Formats: sequence, C-alpha cells, structure tokens
Amino acid sequence: MIRRLFIANRGEIAFRVIRTARRLGMTSILGASEADLSGWPAREADEVVCVGPSPSPQSYLSVEAVIAAAKAARADAIHPGYGFLSENAAFARAVAAAGIIFVGPEVSSLEAMGDKLMARKVGIEAGLPVVPGGEATDKAQALERATATGFPVLLKAVSGGGGKGMKRVDRVEDLEASIDMAMAEAQASFGDPRIYVERFIASGRHVEVQVLGDGETAIHLGTRDCSIQRRFQKLVEEAPAPMIPDDKRAAIETAAVNLARHLNYRGAGTVEFLVDAETFDFFFLEMNARIQVEHPVTEEITGVDLVEQQLLIADGNRLTLTQDMVQANGHAIEVRINAESWADDFRPSPGIATHVAWPMGAGVRVDTHMPRGGVVPPFYDSLVGKLIVRGATRDEAVSRLAAALDVLNIEGISTTADLHRAIVRDPRFQAGGVDTRFFEGLTHG
Amino acid sequence: MSVELPLSPEDVNEIATILDGSSYDRLDIRTSRFRLRVERSGEGWSQGWSLDEGTEVAVAAVVNVNIAAVVPEGLEGVAAPLPGTFYHAPQPGAPPFVAVGDIVGPESVIGIIETMKLMNPVHAGCAGRVVDVCVDNATMVDSGAILMHIQPA
Repeated sequence: MIRRLFIANRGEIAFRVIRTARRLGMTSILGASEADLSGWPAREADEVVCVGPSPSPQSYLSVEAVIAAAKAARADAIHPGYGFLSENAAFARAVAAAGIIFVGPEVSSLEAMGDKLMARKVGIEAGLPVVPGGEATDKAQALERATATGFPVLLKAVSGGGGKGMKRVDRVEDLEASIDMAMAEAQASFGDPRIYVERFIASGRHVEVQVLGDGETAIHLGTRDCSIQRRFQKLVEEAPAPMIPDDKRAAIETAAVNLARHLNYRGAGTVEFLVDAETFDFFFLEMNARIQVEHPVTEEITGVDLVEQQLLIADGNRLTLTQDMVQANGHAIEVRINAESWADDFRPSPGIATHVAWPMGAGVRVDTHMPRGGVVPPFYDSLVGKLIVRGATRDEAVSRLAAALDVLNIEGISTTADLHRAIVRDPRFQAGGVDTRFFEGLTHG
Repeated sequence: MSVELPLSPEDVNEIATILDGSSYDRLDIRTSRFRLRVERSGEGWSQGWSLDEGTEVAVAAVVNVNIAAVVPEGLEGVAAPLPGTFYHAPQPGAPPFVAVGDIVGPESVIGIIETMKLMNPVHAGCAGRVVDVCVDNATMVDSGAILMHIQPA
C-alpha cells in the first residue's frame, strides 16, 4: 500500500497531487529544486526534499537525483506529474529497480508510445485509423496510393521539408500532372524524386480521449477538444469536444479504449486524434502515457478524481469504475494562464507576482501554485495556473469563463489572461467546434 | 510544511456562496500560516492568497548573480531584456555571436537569454564596436544586468 508518495514535479501539478494524496491519507513528499524550496507546494507538502539546483537538468530531469531523493525520503511510490521524467522509460525502469512504485504505465507502454512512428505502427496493429498515406517511388505507385487514400491528397517530398515540393491535389484528373511536378521538384530540390502521398485534411481538430486501464480492462472518460493552439502549444481545452455527431464521438472513444486494451494499459492515459472538422473522419496521432495538463475539464464533468485513480491503479487495485458508472454532466473549459506577454509575441515574463487575485465561486476552479508575492522562476515552463469553469451547457460555461476572466487580476508579471479575454469574445469560439487554424485568425486587442 | 491544507477549493467556493447571500463585500482571514482575502469583484468574487507575511517575496530564488549596472562614461551598455541564462553562442561549441572588437548595429544579435525553456535573442540596441563582454557564457542574469559595453559609432 502506498503510504509515502514522492512527487517528482513542481508547480500547479505538484500542488494538485499533494491535495489528493492528503485526502487519501498518504504522506506527501515533494522533491523540489532550490528555486522551488520556498514555493507554495513546498509549504503544503508534508515533507520536502531538495532534488538539486534550480536548472532542471540538474534537478527535475536528473534520474539519479530524483531517485536518490526518493530513496532518502523512504518513499514507496513516485508520482511524476506531466513533462520532466513522466514518460521517460529509463526513469520508470530506475524507479522499479529501486523498489519504488512508478505511478504510471508499464515500461512497455511508455516504449510503445515513445515516438510518433512507433505509435503509428502500434495504432495500426490495434486497428485504429491513421492519416492514410504512404511512400511512392514512381508515378504508378503514387497514383495507386492517391486512389486508395481519397481526395484531397497532399504530395510531399520524402526528403523534403519547409513546404518545398508540397502539392495539394483536389481531383483525380489533376493527379498525373501534379505527381510529375511534385517528383520533378523533389528531384530538383533534394536530389530524391520519391514522394509521400497523404490525405489532406484542410480543417482539422485536435480531439483526445481520456482513458483509464488496470492492465486487464480499460474504460474511457470521454473526449476533450484542444484545437486552440499556438505552435502546437495548447491554450484552451474543453470537455466534451463540442459539435461532433454522437456516432462519430462514440467511434472515437471506442478506438481509444481499443488501443488501451491492446497495450494492456495500466493507469491514466490520453489518446490523441486528428479529426476532420467537416467529415468527422478521425485519425490516431499518439498516446500520452501520463496525467495531462488539461485533465481537470474531464474531472469537472465526470466527477472522477483522475489522480486518485492513478494512485489506486499504481497501488495494484483493479478498476472499480465501470464504463456505465462514468456519466458526463455539463461542459467544462480550461484556459492556461501563462507568464507570457501576448502583446510582445509571447515573451516569457518571469518575476514576482506582486498582486494575485484569482476568480472563485460556483462553477469556477483554479489549479495554481501562485500566491500573492509568488515567484515565477526563469528556469521552468511558464504555466502559473489554470482557470477551469463548468456550466450545465457550453454557453453557460463560456459566459462563466468571460466573467471569471474579468475578475482575474495578476500584477507584476505579464500573463496570457488578455489573450483568453480576446478568445472568449471571439464569435468563432462562442459558436464552438473551431479547428486548429483558430489562433491564426485571432485579432489582437 | 503543514499538518493540513489551508482550505480546500470546495471550502473556498462555499465561502463565496455564503458571501453571495450577504451584504459583505470583503472577507479577510489571517492565520499563522496564510492570509486569504476574498473580495467582491463586479458580478463575482476574487480570492487572493498570501503566505506568511514578510517572507512572501523570495527574491533570492530569482537572482543568483548580481551584475553591476554601471556603464563607463562614453559607452553604451546592452542590458538583459529579461532574466535568464545568458549565452554567447547559438549552441554549445558554436562561435559566439559577437566578440570584442566586432562592429554591431542596433538589430545585431549579441547573445541569447534562455528563459522558461525559450531562447530569446538579445539585440545590441545601438550601433558601434563591442569593447567588453561583461558576463561569462551560461551565466544566470537578472533583468537589466549589463551584458556588454559598446563604443557608439
């Protein structure tokens, strides 16, 4: 039984894990870097061990330092949070070798999902749809691929990059000429005529499914939509993914469970899909074998504490939740409040938060480690807190979000609160179901 | 470190609900370990947490190195636009962006500062000749620290 839980992370997720550990009667031990020794999570943990100097390679990313600290603290389990060492197979192996429980999946699952090509291969084995396509070495093969893939297709140079040799083809009658041109361009630009033929998804959404598995069975906790991103960094997440037909949503959820079962997955995980915003065809991208930043939106509509589930499963328990027991109610939205200046091209803004007022009240949840006078050190990522709102409907959640953002007031550092105020006013966001091009279409101020 | 959490998020929301039905605009709870200020804000409520007063600003965690901000007369100083780790070169082993004696323009990149996992270019800000590089490679600097001296052209 887990009695002494070591938390190998920092910031809001460390605080989040401490809360659940405390509720379950576990002793929480925070492994903090020198910069974080005086932070709020360190004050709230039952015990604190220093894992090293402030720069993360010497502390949070050091397998040796973290294991040594956990051993010294006589921890019987390690929760890795997200980021840092959370999906590092070598770390998970070292934790096991030290006789400590790793709160996460088996090493085999971490390795299977370790890189995107490997994940694609495993996804296909599990019967999941992936973005159709493949390599073509000559024109006949390219034609064959395109016919199998369906239109529109994207032709890409196998050796290429930066958009060179990329051609979108909408109709079969244009294909031959385009293949000739793409191959000629590929040859001219890269000295290699081979092209890759792939289904072109003009309007894609990022939809993911939360899963829980105990090694023998697996269930899902519904979808999340994370289409609002900048440079592949998520800004806003919501649950459930809005405006997806019920049959398509059910198919996406089933695919996610099938992957978890195929992997004999143990713990909490997220299966990510690219969803065509027009046809709702969906394609498996990858699986994140850890708790995610955006897990609270799922918790808010299902009432399930995902960190608790992780700890119970890691402790060797079978899932006590069944698929029928998971009932989603209402709609939840999370916005990430980062210490970055939107006006200044998202320049990081470390420093002291001289004034911090978070919103509160019915349907409002704030996951943060940032009190008034708190420090945002320059060493780590810029997340200072997550504002999560819930409503009976999406409209209610959106208006709650707008009201909560009006209350939020952080001074001393720049934050992305102003960006989120612009997003919540955007008619496309209010309507729901936006694609990943949303951010490009956002007007400043 | 403490025996129990200050108040759970559920407790805090319950306080808001209770206050909603009252005529109060403000609640200030102070214990030996924390202070919670709840205030009416437009249609809603805000929560502000402080840890024990007096020690709440841990400046030492931000600044590891104090670098003099004094620039010799007749020279321009290039100040760090934000705190972070100052690097002379784009990557380990690469030649530095600039060396003493180099001529720079206002837009010339003289180094990068790594902050929160992002690389931020530092521009010279003026035209002239580099006469001194004041900060060693891979040194933690505070915002405003003088990184280089430039003899204006």
